[in-house]
Amino acid sequence: MASITLDTVGKIYAGGTRAVTGVSIDIADGEFIVLVGPSGCGKSTLLRMVAGLEPISEGTVRIGDRVVNDIEPADRDIAMVFQNYALYPHMSVRQNLAYGLKNRGTPRPEIDRRVAEAAEILQIGPYLDRKPRALSGGQRQRVAMGRAIVREPAAFLFDEPLSNLDAKLRVTMRLEIKELQRRLRTTAIYVTHDQLEAMTLADRLVVLNGGRIEQIGTPLEVYRKPASTFVAGFIGSPAMNLIPSRAVPGLPGTAHAGIIGIRPEDLTVAPDGPIGMDVVAVEELGAQRLVHGRTGGEPLTVTMPSDAALSDRLQLAWRPGALHLFGAEDGRRID
Amino acid sequence: MIENRPGLNLLAHLTLMLGVAIVALPVWVAFVASTHTATDFMSGTIPIWPGPHLVENYARMLDAGVSTSGTPPVGTMMLNSLIMALLIACGKIAISITSAFAIVYFRFPLRNLAFWCIFITLMLPVEVRIVPTFQVVADLGLLNSYAGLSIPLIASATATFLFRQVFLTIPDELTEAARIDGAGPMKFFRDILLPLSRTNIAALFVILFIYGWNQYLWPLLITTSSDYYTVVAGIKRMADAVDGLPQWHLVMATAMLAMLPPVAVVIGMQRLFVKGLVETEK
Repeated sequence: MASITLDTVGKIYAGGTRAVTGVSIDIADGEFIVLVGPSGCGKSTLLRMVAGLEPISEGTVRIGDRVVNDIEPADRDIAMVFQNYALYPHMSVRQNLAYGLKNRGTPRPEIDRRVAEAAEILQIGPYLDRKPRALSGGQRQRVAMGRAIVREPAAFLFDEPLSNLDAKLRVTMRLEIKELQRRLRTTAIYVTHDQLEAMTLADRLVVLNGGRIEQIGTPLEVYRKPASTFVAGFIGSPAMNLIPSRAVPGLPGTAHAGIIGIRPEDLTVAPDGPIGMDVVAVEELGAQRLVHGRTGGEPLTVTMPSDAALSDRLQLAWRPGALHLFGAEDGRRID
Repeated sequence: MIENRPGLNLLAHLTLMLGVAIVALPVWVAFVASTHTATDFMSGTIPIWPGPHLVENYARMLDAGVSTSGTPPVGTMMLNSLIMALLIACGKIAISITSAFAIVYFRFPLRNLAFWCIFITLMLPVEVRIVPTFQVVADLGLLNSYAGLSIPLIASATATFLFRQVFLTIPDELTEAARIDGAGPMKFFRDILLPLSRTNIAALFVILFIYGWNQYLWPLLITTSSDYYTVVAGIKRMADAVDGLPQWHLVMATAMLAMLPPVAVVIGMQRLFVKGLVETEK
């Protein structure tokens, strides 16, 4: 177990393409960090640099108190779980789990003990002697996690481990990963593009965009106080409404802001509300409905209870303190 | 397309039977000829049913050979052929799998040049370079040796490409997982790549064994001592009887014997062979 420190880490590919710029994160021992962002934001590259699969072009990565820039992946004391599981197809589950330990020269009884322990934790005991191809996607993912657990590493690195699973299984596996990490108290870095996965798993979120950090914070901090319009639009579902302030003139306290953000769930129907919206479409979600409309020519979405009355034009108000203001040029938050 | 019409089925079967007959007839004639005496065959009518001399003819060939043609017993020639075919097949596989490993998994200077050099050798089969190759082998003193029989035929661009394709289908993540699991390059090669290309190795072995076994021109050129005659080249020498008629019944018996090892290899490795050619999932 160890802390991980990234200090102004950058990545420039051989062709001169810049994938990551100036990323600094201090990850505490036992913390669950989620790197989240759209595809191409550099989150996987960052993880692979920590793993040692990708050379680090700039800055330093420390695991514990060791700078690992020039250390082979096998010697960094990390374990990685891949998106497509990356199990060795010709080895049984047991051999898959034991392979890394065997290469390290771990004594046989110790290997057996750790494999048995991991099998117990992940409930993969019954298929220890099967080949990966005889397992379902969820079982394979468990085996892949087992391979990480038996290493008893300083840190787990997860590279979108749930993307290949179906939606239902993803939710259960998400919970299992969280429980597992709590129980083992191992530092974890988890990469995903799914903001819901990020919110539910993370102790702290790192939102990345274009190879730079947009914001680091606990899920609630990021949700409640997004640092930029990018974070505001990325975290939360349905996405936050971002309206240029000129579209809704005269809102109190918004004079100096370029963009106003309001979450759909913070808007309520009020006959004397200051925002008027022309309804364009309604999406029924069962428990609630999403009402899409336009105000001053800008799109706006509102979450309403499914039994609320609808009309072509709605007057809306917002909960106190629910307005987020952002600068016009840089899109940064204004407090 | 699945059609279920009796007429079509009949036609399909007839076509297949015709094909089998075309392939099998010469083999049958050879087999029949090998069971008669020399005079039976020279009498003007070619027999169509096996005669009574099967055991006698085969035993004589395996054991003593045809002294007049200067060939050793077929047993010796078959052993030579077997050694040559095995050396060629195993040598080709060993060299091409390691060069494919180098080309796919290592970034070394002039890697592309190396790749293209291998590619170009595709245009230079033995027959094209036979005179210089003979000169080189003769200068090295390898005439009349197993090394001389096999080494010039071992380098194989085709097999290198086949293994390159196989390695390219192995996901990068598997390589990365192995790196994190502490497997160095050679360990990765032995523990992951070799087992994963097992069926391809088997398929290639079958093809290359037959290629090696059927070598004719090269062994004919470089073997002058009868100790190193191979069976395929030996048949030719037998048919060239200088002081009399070729003993066709014995030549045919040798041909039948020469056919057996490749057939045995194909049948024995059929399951792996088919799997290696059709399997794509890694």
